[in-house]
Amino acid sequence: MSRYTATTPADLKAMLDAIGVGSVEEIFEQQIPEPVRLGRPLDLPAGLPEQDVYEHLRALAQRNVSAEDELCFLGAGMYDHYVPALVDMLMERSEFLTPYTPYQPEISQGGLQVMFEYQTAICELTALPVSNASVYEGPSAVASAGYMARLHNGRGRFVVSAGLHPHSIATLRTYAHGFGVEVVEVPLREGVTDLDAWLAAIDENTAAVFFAQPSFYGAVEDAAALSAAAKSATDKPPVVIAQVDPLTLGILAPPGDCGVDVAVGEGQSLGNRLDFGGPSFGFFAAREEFLRRMPGRIAGETTDVDGRRGFVLTLQTREQHIRRAKATSNICTSQALNALAGVVYLSWLGREGIVELGELLLARTHYALQTLDGLEGVQALHSRTQPVIREFALRLDADVAAVRERCAQHGINPGADLYALTGREQDRGGLLVAITERRTRADIDRLADVLGAAVASERQSQAVGA
Amino acid sequence: MSTPAADHGGVSEPAADHRGVSTSTTGPPSGAELSETPLQREAAVTIFERGAAGRRAFQCPALDVPEVDPHTLLAAHLRRATPPALPEVSEPEIVRHYVRLSKRNFDLDSGFYPLGSCTMKHNPRLHERVAALPGHARLHPLQDPARAQGALELMWNLERALAEISGLPHVSLQPSAGSHGELAGVLLTRAYHEQRGETRHKVLTPDTSHGTNPATVTMAGFEVVALATNPDGGIDLQDLRAKVDSDVACLMLTNPNTLGLFDPNIVEIAEIVHGVGATLYYDGANLNAVMGLSRPGDMGFDIVHFNLHKSFTQPHGGGGPGSGPIAVSERIAPYLPVPVIVRDADGRFDLEHDRLHSIGRLRGFQGNYGCFVRAYAYICSLGAEGLKDASQTAVLNANYLLARLMNETHPPVAEYLPLAYGQLCLHEFVLSGGPMKRELGLKTLDLAKRLLDHGFHPPTVYFPLLVEEALMVEPTETETRETLDAFADAIAAILREAAEDPEIARNAPYTTPVRRLDEVAAAKHPVIRQAL
Repeated sequence: MSRYTATTPADLKAMLDAIGVGSVEEIFEQQIPEPVRLGRPLDLPAGLPEQDVYEHLRALAQRNVSAEDELCFLGAGMYDHYVPALVDMLMERSEFLTPYTPYQPEISQGGLQVMFEYQTAICELTALPVSNASVYEGPSAVASAGYMARLHNGRGRFVVSAGLHPHSIATLRTYAHGFGVEVVEVPLREGVTDLDAWLAAIDENTAAVFFAQPSFYGAVEDAAALSAAAKSATDKPPVVIAQVDPLTLGILAPPGDCGVDVAVGEGQSLGNRLDFGGPSFGFFAAREEFLRRMPGRIAGETTDVDGRRGFVLTLQTREQHIRRAKATSNICTSQALNALAGVVYLSWLGREGIVELGELLLARTHYALQTLDGLEGVQALHSRTQPVIREFALRLDADVAAVRERCAQHGINPGADLYALTGREQDRGGLLVAITERRTRADIDRLADVLGAAVASERQSQAVGA
Repeated sequence: MSTPAADHGGVSEPAADHRGVSTSTTGPPSGAELSETPLQREAAVTIFERGAAGRRAFQCPALDVPEVDPHTLLAAHLRRATPPALPEVSEPEIVRHYVRLSKRNFDLDSGFYPLGSCTMKHNPRLHERVAALPGHARLHPLQDPARAQGALELMWNLERALAEISGLPHVSLQPSAGSHGELAGVLLTRAYHEQRGETRHKVLTPDTSHGTNPATVTMAGFEVVALATNPDGGIDLQDLRAKVDSDVACLMLTNPNTLGLFDPNIVEIAEIVHGVGATLYYDGANLNAVMGLSRPGDMGFDIVHFNLHKSFTQPHGGGGPGSGPIAVSERIAPYLPVPVIVRDADGRFDLEHDRLHSIGRLRGFQGNYGCFVRAYAYICSLGAEGLKDASQTAVLNANYLLARLMNETHPPVAEYLPLAYGQLCLHEFVLSGGPMKRELGLKTLDLAKRLLDHGFHPPTVYFPLLVEEALMVEPTETETRETLDAFADAIAAILREAAEDPEIARNAPYTTPVRRLDEVAAAKHPVIRQAL
């Protein structure tokens, strides 16, 4: 017996008698051939009481510097937005936390209705008519959209803007290598997709094109122009897929209004914590014609035998447990609890709040860029006429890692090392700075002071060293 | 949900007054005789149908930077014309809406959940507490490894533990769920063969396999070849020998399989598969049967995925999050996804991104770290002995429940719901509802729906596909003998009731927030969002 099992010696005897064996070991001996029985204890530490486990995990947590401990301007795909208390409270409710996937709808109406509401919220945000109930997270959502496009038109090429998150491009490449589609990358100009190169890259064998809104560099794309170009490039237009940042969709033109066919993305910024990268959720919305090829669970409305409104998992003939080898995706477990956090967060933000928050992010991002660009040895990586939202790229005239280290000594994480993420020559010296509503003007001013000083010190020490 | 489940997760006999239907009636209860439960009277209203224009829960932080005309920052053609029609509700309205919704769910904390293949074991609340510590929960995934040493050490320790449990030395925690781990595994197999200059096209999966196996094979660009099951419930070796050749890249296997049976020929199977140069993949969905007792690596498997949300008790959240780490043998290790956690001679941890032969990334960042924290806490709590105890107790509970059912004489459950294969089982067993359907006119679905009125989550139904009217039962180590007894009693009571009047179960459930739902209509004319 451990503290999570309940078999007393009396239970054991009664149970073994009922089974008709002398011991539990006897069952294993009958079932598992001798050569593959372990026959020794696992080489793992002994179990610990609850309070000891807590202390161990707390000690590990203390060896991490979190956004609680420093002023954090890291973003690049996950952001330190505020998660309201009611999200935590609802996620911790047993009734949401501990059920399995709602295979028995009569006793799962809570979860199914949450999925239905979530789908509605995602459709509203993206201005696309259909959404599933979540996929794993952002980059794999991009790759799944690629697989759907491949099933849709059977073509052999993906055209990908370099403005996509590098993890999305990498994940798409991994998946596409499996199902045999070539990936072609289109370069950027001033942080957004080079429209001429984009147009030139698309041919009749292009299954799908991908861009990000905003781009990985925080720059706002002309999504409508990219979609229109893709659709007019050949007589056999590709599926247009956009990775979008959901929290900017209060003020940015939504993908559905820009000619996008499939909008996917990372849902973390909607009420999910950072968690060192997961779990969060991916969202997946599309035009109607893709409904029966979409991956993942979909909740649908119906009625019960007495005419009551109710919800079920629907269109399951797409899914692996029904269609097996012919399924439109292999996904089974996805991110229901994180999607719950997403729809609760969006309800909390509300119709007006998502616009207000978007404007605040836009204004603060603009302020931060204006404040930092022009510090000695610091300049905007892209043209200042290029609009940015929530994030922007700087070029430091000093070693980025060393500057970041100096800032860390002052309790500031100034942002992500761009070159480390993209490996692109033009990103050398690049720093990607993210602004959330938790970073006030005072925080931004402090960043300017510390970053400016760090760059100056680093340049000085480099000069001395040289 | 509203069903009056006793503390142990069920009730031994249905109490008619709580169900609005008399179990002693001979005819089917008509709708008029049914009294609605409070939750049934409550109409389903979505959050979008609540609230009023102008209501809100969010108070935006003040604009503390100089005001700039927003249109100079973002041109009109890039802007959204009308805001998304998100709900307009106050904070109290949100709380009340979702708390009430939650009561329309059945959950593991409320009762027995013997869903086969899903390992619905207790989720200790300690795990939620430690995962919520800011040092874990607010740690940014791009934090410098030097300032995330606690997280990397935790991941390293979890990798080492999973390596020991599986008997395979190299682990990647990255995949997001079991199916994602499968995709990783098949892509690793592809990379392994490609590196040796071979192009193989086929992957074998038994007809008892989880649907994710063949779906993954297709997604990874291979052709699925199904293997037959022999009369004992294992792989048909003759069929395997007939289908295995140098064009086979991999055999994907669950062991114990979805019948709850350990394949006695596993060593021979591994020899046959390796004999043609193919890899052997272990679907770890059923690992809860053998932790500390038998290891996939020792059975000859090259690649295994774990479901942290099954064997290692990550709460399932109504359909995720999950986490599907993989462990592999030496020959597969060079192809593991990036980044890989490394430890230097001084004990410092880092993330290695450049690996020549890696298949690349399967997702963003490092995986579902929040799940790693919980799984690691579980392993720390149980240790070697506790993990073995978990598996032994899970197997004991499954066999006890099986015996209780098979020994039942009033009615003879074994005649209506015979065990599909074997005599004993490991962590789960599969009954066939075929005789029940023929003799009592009750389908497995009806039995499942009637169990809802008894306060139980039903077992997995209609899987595996090769068993007629399948009922797949996995009690897990969590349950007490009293709960198992109550469940066996409920099955017997339903069968007795059906012998009297099968209409009762055919129209069940009666006590749930809604009754049977029209799934055909839902699929025919999909309504998948609130009309606004």
